[in-house]
Amino acid sequence: MDFLLWVRGPAFDVAVAIFLIGVVARLFEILLLGRKPLHSEPKGGEFGNGMAEIFKRSVPLPDIVKRGAVTLVGGYVFHIGLFITIFLFVPHIELINSIFGVRWPGLPNPVVDGVTVVTMVAMVVLLVHRLLQPVKRMLSGFEDYLTWVVTFLPILTGWIAYHRLVNPYPLILGIHILTVELLLIVLPFTKLMHAFTLFLSRWYNGAVYGRRGVQS
Amino acid sequence: MSSLSIERGLYDFKAVIDAPIASYFSSCVHCGLCAEACLFYVETGDPKYTPIRKLEPLRRVWEQEYTIVGKLKKLVGLSKPVTDDELEEWKELLYASCTMCGRCSQVCPVGNDIAYMVRKAREGMVSSGHAPEPLVGAATRAVKIGSPMGVKWPAVQNQIKHVEADTGLKIPIDVQGAEYMPLLSSMEIINFPEYLGALAKIFKQAGITWTIASKAFEATNAGLQIGSSDIERELVVRVVDEAERLGVKFVIGPECGHAFNAIRWDGPELIGRPYKFRVLPARHGRDQLRRHAGCRYPQLVLRRRRRREQHGGVRAPPAQGLRRQAQAAGGGRARAPGDGVRQLPADDRGGPRALQDGDPDRRSHRDDRRAPERGLRRLLEPRQNANDLRRQGGAGGQREMNSYDRTLSR
Repeated sequence: MDFLLWVRGPAFDVAVAIFLIGVVARLFEILLLGRKPLHSEPKGGEFGNGMAEIFKRSVPLPDIVKRGAVTLVGGYVFHIGLFITIFLFVPHIELINSIFGVRWPGLPNPVVDGVTVVTMVAMVVLLVHRLLQPVKRMLSGFEDYLTWVVTFLPILTGWIAYHRLVNPYPLILGIHILTVELLLIVLPFTKLMHAFTLFLSRWYNGAVYGRRGVQS
Repeated sequence: MSSLSIERGLYDFKAVIDAPIASYFSSCVHCGLCAEACLFYVETGDPKYTPIRKLEPLRRVWEQEYTIVGKLKKLVGLSKPVTDDELEEWKELLYASCTMCGRCSQVCPVGNDIAYMVRKAREGMVSSGHAPEPLVGAATRAVKIGSPMGVKWPAVQNQIKHVEADTGLKIPIDVQGAEYMPLLSSMEIINFPEYLGALAKIFKQAGITWTIASKAFEATNAGLQIGSSDIERELVVRVVDEAERLGVKFVIGPECGHAFNAIRWDGPELIGRPYKFRVLPARHGRDQLRRHAGCRYPQLVLRRRRRREQHGGVRAPPAQGLRRQAQAAGGGRARAPGDGVRQLPADDRGGPRALQDGDPDRRSHRDDRRAPERGLRRLLEPRQNANDLRRQGGAGGQREMNSYDRTLSR
């Protein structure tokens, strides 16, 4: 019980603090580098095209779908799965409500349970693909496997806790929360930061090409 | 380019990193999709051609200099500095294996503009002395002679003489206050002089004044190709100075994608102010999408290599259906000696076709009256092509073409 109190209390506060400070620091680190002023006569708008690109980029180009099928399908499934398990699981919504005082309807537990399994399967497929596909294997280093582990653990431990596969329950719940804290601490300083910088990158890309009046 | 060193290279790597590049490196999740869009990877299957990997030296400099974790790692001696040998190894990846076509920038799911980063990384390659010899030669010729192919003003004058004889129209030179000032690529001067003739006819029909600038006729920008903003600026300034001295309202960029990008987009950024004139593409108002079709040269070379190796069929071009208009028209890959490629024919389906000397197809391509439109020519003369003009033009044109071929095969 002490363990659960600790992970819910001081450990949680520390993890959230590192996460928030880390993300803000990383964003500043990027944005402070700035951009050189542009003098060429623009052919299209920057801001609107950049904003549009943030959404348009979510749809892959048809040509790449076949060649990158595993990555794309696996990536979509696990990102959507991650979203559902984190934000549409009723106990999670209750937690968020207890902190921020906002709530939204969740999905029935059995549905989230199924989604969790699918998410884990997708992640395992992607890991195997990373180990086997020459390009991904070449690109991958310690960080790529570390981030996979810290993303996978909360899902796995949450699923185990939900099914009461480990006793006592407070122990597995504590481990689940601890893995989430690990994820929060690691996120700002690894490629997981793409959860935030993705919007910047897509905007810059869309803005540059939009300004030139060509599709991005 | 007096003292090339790894220190200067790393300094330039540091200098080119801006917010977008930092954001791009922060966003990369190593998904490998950029490789599937890269024609060098698709054609060879060699993972070393993965676009984002081509930026590994730049990425490490970013990590070590501009990130909290990287700085900590550097403090405790955990980071691997970028070395001279490494840059030498990356020379092939950053130059010979990238046309900056921008397909990777189009497919990256997090939106990384990889082609932009390749262009920036080349700055450091130049100042560390790791730019390829042929490009250094071309850039040197561009700065010293005025043209990367070594085409001087008398050669242009010679072509102008033939074009004037063919068309019966005067080609205006250095006319103060003319409205339009077209730029020419070496290719247009030597191999496609009919471009000049077509321009003369169009301007006459339209009743618009125009001029060729004897001090700024060359559009090719070897500075962009090699990735040196100093050289790129120098070459842009020549055009800007002449255009503003002559007081023209419009400069017409050439068909060549990289040359157009240099004068249209990079130029004002490099000189730090807007122009006093506007830059228009050669196909202004018409077929603008095809202008961005990108340089097909690498596909040509790779396919040719393959065919030589396998004597087999040729695979369909990779990612051919990708939206072509946004490829930023390349500007990356200069012809290197030994490639043996002398021209860039396109077959009826719009794909590349490798032709060798003595290949009967090469001949038929030159005679092909239905060859894809080139620039403005077809507007006026649907049936006339380079060969007809050359025949009419007589020995002069032929001689020039041979010297051009020599330049390429040198």
